[in-house]
Amino acid sequence: MGKTLFEKVWEAHVVKTLSGGQEVLYIDRHLIHEVTSPQAFSELEKRGLSLFRNEKMVATADHNVPTKNQHLPIQEELSRKQVDQLIKNCKLHGVELFGLGHPFQGIVHVIGPELGITLPGRTLVCGDSHTSTHGAFGAIAFGIGTSQVAQVMASQCLLQTRPKTMRISVNGQLRKGVGAKDIILHIISKLSASGGTGYFVEYDGSTIRALSMEGRMTLCNMSIEMGARGGMIAPDETTFEYIEGRKFAPRGKDFEKAKTYWSTLYTDEDAQFDSSYTFDSADIHPMITYGTNPGMGIPIQGEIPAIEAINNMESFSKSLKYMGFEPGEALLGKKIDYVFIGSCTNSRIEDLRMVAGYVKNKQKAPHITAIIVPGSKQVEKQAKAEGLHEILAAAGFELREPGCSACLGMNEDKVPNGAYCVSTSNRNFEGRQGPGARTLLASPLVAAITAIEGKIVDIEAHLG
Amino acid sequence: MKFTKVVSTAVPLPFEDIDTDQIIPARFLKATTREGFAENLFRDWRYTKDYTQNPDFVLNQKAYTGEILVAGRNFGCGSSREHAAWSLYDYGFKVVVSSFFADIFKGNALNNGLLPVQVSDAFLKPLLETISSRPQTHVTVDLEKQFIAFEDKEEYFDINPYKKECLLNGYDDIDYLVSIKHDIEAYEASSKII
Repeated sequence: MGKTLFEKVWEAHVVKTLSGGQEVLYIDRHLIHEVTSPQAFSELEKRGLSLFRNEKMVATADHNVPTKNQHLPIQEELSRKQVDQLIKNCKLHGVELFGLGHPFQGIVHVIGPELGITLPGRTLVCGDSHTSTHGAFGAIAFGIGTSQVAQVMASQCLLQTRPKTMRISVNGQLRKGVGAKDIILHIISKLSASGGTGYFVEYDGSTIRALSMEGRMTLCNMSIEMGARGGMIAPDETTFEYIEGRKFAPRGKDFEKAKTYWSTLYTDEDAQFDSSYTFDSADIHPMITYGTNPGMGIPIQGEIPAIEAINNMESFSKSLKYMGFEPGEALLGKKIDYVFIGSCTNSRIEDLRMVAGYVKNKQKAPHITAIIVPGSKQVEKQAKAEGLHEILAAAGFELREPGCSACLGMNEDKVPNGAYCVSTSNRNFEGRQGPGARTLLASPLVAAITAIEGKIVDIEAHLG
Repeated sequence: MKFTKVVSTAVPLPFEDIDTDQIIPARFLKATTREGFAENLFRDWRYTKDYTQNPDFVLNQKAYTGEILVAGRNFGCGSSREHAAWSLYDYGFKVVVSSFFADIFKGNALNNGLLPVQVSDAFLKPLLETISSRPQTHVTVDLEKQFIAFEDKEEYFDINPYKKECLLNGYDDIDYLVSIKHDIEAYEASSKII
């Protein structure tokens, strides 16, 4: 029997299998950031252990950094201390750090791929659930807790129970105004916020093949939002073209050699998955969420489910009460206060180009606060080189400096209590963007149109 | 942190999809040590906007105490923050019961001596009803024999045998991984991954 892409990559990394079936999995690259690493460093120090392979680690500061005046010391004391701790730990243990002020600094899941650290066939982990992003390259990438961060630091390995495999195929031509973000919000709305738990997903089909690397990253990024450990896509010419010439990617003959290996990374025709789903692109519309988990999504012109359609009333009612919405109502015409474009889901150059392309020669609605946070210094640099910052500024958008920002509101970038925010990030949990903030997840295009119109509009009708 | 058996009253939290942002909001993740997270456990549910206690939230109701938290399905979804497990443990919970756990949370809990007990929906429903209406009810969780019981109801639960050994004996993965260093080096020497 043939093997799936996941099995090929996983099996190439098994160091040892334990009697109970657990496997020791070798980790090729370990990314760390300021929030989930300090306790791991102290754990090692407490045990008198040193880093086993510090050259396989890369660090950045992204979660709590300010997105204004990054050249100045961080104002907020606890954030500053945490970032200082990262600098100290990296120096002491010899870990490469792309910290504030470094031209490679940025959101960990944006810089890994853009620097060529993320490569097909690799295993990659980070103390962050959106590590699933890197699966877009045909890597096995998943988020881990801090105890596991310490385990990888100490041994470059993790003890793992092998997840089950799920195939999600998406075929056909996408409708106008529909992109990768809508595809994944559509899938999660069908499978629910726990539908992928226990699985590692492979996305395939003609629609996926036609996506850019940025789109594929958006898709894999949100695999965790249906509970999956990760999502991956078999590498192809689009992947190789993206990787070639990146800072840490193999070059010349090494690249050609690598490409030969990477080209073997696909699911064999007779391979078996534990679970499979197929979607038709024609059924996917621009999406938006109305509730407090990413599974609570609807086509933008649709209606919130009526009470009769709901299994757990208690959770559903709590969620709608928090959002200030009624069962069965439409979202079209709802006034929005904030628009946030950023996060590891949608802060790459393609996202910024999409937004700038739409808002060019337009003005945001006067009551809207629109902030746009590039995923990295490299993205910021590219956006400026293309003049996007001027287009965005002219439309009334504030272009900030890189970081996780209002996706999780660890820094100053928070959405006020009760305010509605259309956000390109990945989580609409209660209080995620600030205490009392109400988040509606959507694509960069929907976010851009919302900023201009000041309310939710039917973008398919809008685009004609 | 050895774990054997817990006999305790339990706290009901009958919502589904309780994510780790609710367990501990991101703005409280700025510490560089593992201690002190209990203070902000379920922060935005426990306290109102002006930081007074929310009397409607179960942890603020004197009747409900104990070392066991019982929650709706898909507990711990969302962020990988281990701080969620630390804050529950720091608050005094030794067991979390649900009919379904998110993967990363489950692993984090097991790595911190907090036992995730997955039960059937058919068991969870009467358990939630019982501990809500009769908060003095004792619930027994026996790791060695792998069962959970209250009143006349009992259910067997599953746990990875390796993780069970770790919890019963108070050792962890680092101890093991460091002990197989030579296997890891041998793997590295043979690996062809770029």
